[in-house]
Amino acid sequence: MYSRTYKTLVSAPPLLWVGLFLLLPYALMFAHSFWAVQDGTLVHHWNLTNYQKLFTNSLYAEVLFRTMRIAASVMLCSLLLGYPLAYYLSFHSGARKELLYQLVIVPLWVSYLVRGYAWKTILGSEGVLNGFLQYFHITHEPVSVLLYSPFAVVLVLTHIYTPFVFLPIYASLEHIPRPLVEASQDLGAAPISTFFRVILPLSMPGLLAGATFAFVLSLGDFLAPLLVGGSSGTMIANIVQTLFGATYDWPLGAAISVCILLITLSLLFFAERLERRWSFK
Amino acid sequence: MSSAAIPQPASVDEHAPLLEVRAVAKRFGARDVLKSISLNIAAGEFLTLLGESGSGKTTLLRLIAGFEQPTAGEIWMSGERLDTLPPHKRRVNTVFQNYALFPHLSVRDNVAYGLRVQGAPKNEIPRRVAEALNMVKMAAFAGARPSRLSGGQQQRVALARALVNRPQLLLLDEPLSALDANLRKEMQSELKALQREVGITFLFVTHDQEEAMALSDRIALLRDGALEQVASPRDIYARPATAYTAQFIGQTNLLQGEILRSIATCGVLRWPVEDMDGPAVFSLRPEAIRLSPDGKRQTFEVKFRGSVRQQIYGGASELLEVDCGAGQLLRVRLPACGPLNGDRDFVFSIADAIRVTD
Repeated sequence: MYSRTYKTLVSAPPLLWVGLFLLLPYALMFAHSFWAVQDGTLVHHWNLTNYQKLFTNSLYAEVLFRTMRIAASVMLCSLLLGYPLAYYLSFHSGARKELLYQLVIVPLWVSYLVRGYAWKTILGSEGVLNGFLQYFHITHEPVSVLLYSPFAVVLVLTHIYTPFVFLPIYASLEHIPRPLVEASQDLGAAPISTFFRVILPLSMPGLLAGATFAFVLSLGDFLAPLLVGGSSGTMIANIVQTLFGATYDWPLGAAISVCILLITLSLLFFAERLERRWSFK
Repeated sequence: MSSAAIPQPASVDEHAPLLEVRAVAKRFGARDVLKSISLNIAAGEFLTLLGESGSGKTTLLRLIAGFEQPTAGEIWMSGERLDTLPPHKRRVNTVFQNYALFPHLSVRDNVAYGLRVQGAPKNEIPRRVAEALNMVKMAAFAGARPSRLSGGQQQRVALARALVNRPQLLLLDEPLSALDANLRKEMQSELKALQREVGITFLFVTHDQEEAMALSDRIALLRDGALEQVASPRDIYARPATAYTAQFIGQTNLLQGEILRSIATCGVLRWPVEDMDGPAVFSLRPEAIRLSPDGKRQTFEVKFRGSVRQQIYGGASELLEVDCGAGQLLRVRLPACGPLNGDRDFVFSIADAIRVTD
């Protein structure tokens, strides 16, 4: 048994950290969302107008839904890329496993901004992709929808978050005892049947974790839309950023943030419940 | 285990082997794990692959199940080439060492797995699953998840999951090694009874020679990827072909010596043999040696005088270490007889000294 003093000493720094940098900011945000701005100054006057604006002005709802659509698309795309990759690496890559694993991980060491700008040079009207298309006479003028569109945002976010989706899926696939796969074949299941009856159910915790990562991280992203989104690819975090910056309407920005937080929390709760259903230890 | 349950598999010609392993070799990198194994298994037989770890016994099992491909040779079952089929198309089922039960499925669904993936008639599945679970006395646990079961219970479920498919051949990969000693003994006798009851051919892998002796119709002893001897437990014990077999199965004294003009000489021991001259090794089981209270011997016996160096009490019997002169030590197993010391007369019959190849 550890002494009380020891426990207090050990747990104090992280508790202090969480209190100062997580709970306190959330409390402030929550409070702000019920205040108001009058003549360019913040007044501590409790009211619900921020939330009313949120639900009456269709702009916010539109951007919020677009954001969720983009996040869902990113989740889907990165699952479609990440799961087969993780499956291949875990079950069929043989001696190349280590190398391929490193190749998947390496992009994580490259700055987000660098990758964002790289996509700008690829997708832009003077960009690599358009140059390629025109050189081979597939198109005759630059295709403009490539850049500054929700498509570009989904592309960049998928590129950035696929490793985050890959990792938990790969870990859960690696944890599947191989004799289970052999037992399934032994009992007469063809490979495709083995996949759907044994491998997929047993990798569900990883799949759920990866999906949650992709959705939640995309939901709060503001850099990708800023770099490649244009006006049609604006996401909710960009609006929050503007409200806290140029527009100087912290209360409204806080109210939107509270909404995003609630969406995220309910999503995490839901994922947690699902994950518990799929764990068998 | 209870009677009734699984019907006999489609009967095959009694004399044709069910499984034929023809000159099968397996190489992993630079290592020859199996060197040209040829082995036949008769329908309904309980055959044990016995060997130390690394002898290749599990590899041979995996070749038959289809998890590995032979480097050379062929495997045939009931007149069909087996080694070219993928595992899911072989009428062979396996009981894995750590059972490999599906953790996300209930006991019932584990047992039903094979029937479902092979498209057995839907209305037949519950009945067959119930039969199989009754047979291994696990019906009460049908709804439980495997993680809730003890090792012995998981073992039973693994058996039911394999047998419910009515395989022609059941492969068992050290299925009892994870159980504690008492449960292992109990499961041994249940397994043997079950095999007689269902009449399915069992190919059983173990490193435990006692287990092999207790269960098998025949034992195939593997050593470094080659078959050392294939024989019934009684034959392999009474007439080991090699020094390795004699030492691996039970305990023995290996007597090194030579034969000269029809007399075998091993240290101080001498007896007549009808064999060619030359160096020779004999296996003499400790229990073949007896005390000779009156110091007399029959014509077919060898007598020697030795001093008891050590006596290990083992309940029903005692194991002695006897120095019969010139530092030659023999192990002698006697029925429990109380403390012994000093010099004694011992005899063994010449027929019990089995000539083996080294």
